[in-house]
Amino acid sequence: MRRAIRLTLLTALLGMALTTVPAHAGQVDVKITNVTHGIYFTPLLVSAHAPATHLFEAGSPASANLQAMAEGGDISGLTADLGGADMDTEANPAGGLLAPGASTTANLDTTATGNTHLSIVAMLLPTNDGFVGMDALSIPTAPGTYTFYLNAYDAGTEANNELINGGGAPGVLGIPAAPGGDGGTGGTGVASSDSNTTIHIHRGVLGDTNSTGGASDLDSRIHRWLDPIAKVVLTVQ
Amino acid sequence: MLIDFMRERLGYVLFLAGAVLLAGCGSGSDRVVATYAVTVTNAGANQPLSPPVVVIHREGYDGWTAGVSASTGLEKLAEGGDAADFIAEANLNGNVETAKIGSGVVAPGGSTIIQLSAPYSSDVRFTVASMLVNTNDAFTGVNGVVIAGLGINEAATFYARVYDAGTEINLETAATVPGPAGGGEGFNAARNDYGFVSIHGGMVTGDDGLTTSALNETHRFVGPVAKITVVRVS
Repeated sequence: MRRAIRLTLLTALLGMALTTVPAHAGQVDVKITNVTHGIYFTPLLVSAHAPATHLFEAGSPASANLQAMAEGGDISGLTADLGGADMDTEANPAGGLLAPGASTTANLDTTATGNTHLSIVAMLLPTNDGFVGMDALSIPTAPGTYTFYLNAYDAGTEANNELINGGGAPGVLGIPAAPGGDGGTGGTGVASSDSNTTIHIHRGVLGDTNSTGGASDLDSRIHRWLDPIAKVVLTVQ
Repeated sequence: MLIDFMRERLGYVLFLAGAVLLAGCGSGSDRVVATYAVTVTNAGANQPLSPPVVVIHREGYDGWTAGVSASTGLEKLAEGGDAADFIAEANLNGNVETAKIGSGVVAPGGSTIIQLSAPYSSDVRFTVASMLVNTNDAFTGVNGVVIAGLGINEAATFYARVYDAGTEINLETAATVPGPAGGGEGFNAARNDYGFVSIHGGMVTGDDGLTTSALNETHRFVGPVAKITVVRVS
């Protein structure tokens, strides 16, 4: 008798579990705010995908397409890796750079795909190969609003020499640009190599206060940051 | 916020797990044993991590508390990477189930897996601690996070920031930094810093003007330095 009651209870609980946990989230709005003081995000890639997919993972080497994004802001390769822009993969929701303090929203719909995990990447300017990243977050399934904060990563593919010379192609040393118009010139270079060539959480930039010399073309009063660098608000419908 | 979400999600799983456990009880005193695999990835730039310690425990054990003086065990871990006393202190606490150290130093970009088994309870927590060896007394880890809601094969991931043990002044000199950047002294029983655990303010280094520092800009950090994933294996 007791065993029968236990079995009934167990069945009832399992049945409840099966009927009350939705498989995926459906419509998900992803609002991204650049919460840095002086760092720009290049075009963002925002995608819901299968659990095993990773655009990047800390401790692993960067893919060639991740490198192209981190060194030059080119998200075309990573977008193709995800099967192209579609209902739940949005490329460049801000229509260009996302300035410090600015926000943009990607409206993803996972209804057709059933995708459950969310990734976000964009290069940081002015850096050599820094990027903002969310790595395969399990999207909450219950309707509601959820807030997350993201860290800055280093792709580990280019030495952080902190020299603004227009170098944005993969393998070309240097920083493409300082969009705020607040970069310097004439630096001698900070790091000459990357001691950690896997993707890792960025150690930050050094910068200096000499706009026409010193080691770095970055301004230590403007271009430094502390994690986190982005605020993400998910609205699950 | 990630942790908040995981807690929320785990809380739901916990409810189900607890309910099923109740339904399965009645036959005797057998306690369910849970096995956890904890992966510590060194996600920092250039700070090797001392062999990490993982403690499985309940409420009532704190490896450290921000604003409070470090134990001698934590001081030894944070100044010299020696975890023996930290583990001994944990094992003296009645709320600790088990404590285990990793197999070696975790280099930047590297990982180690520490597997532990402990009786399951609805209050199972875990704590992880490891020294950043190219510092005076910096350590990283997670502090008493509830993992009771993890179902079998479920994982939770945490990005661990850096704490200052507050037991040794941050001179950054070769003589006081025990890691490869300094080769100096590890633990010293003298306490000459502010005397309480805090979140670390970061390294200055010679590249930013501290001429007596043995460190360079690659040893800095501005956020988390470790990715810690716990999976309930069984």
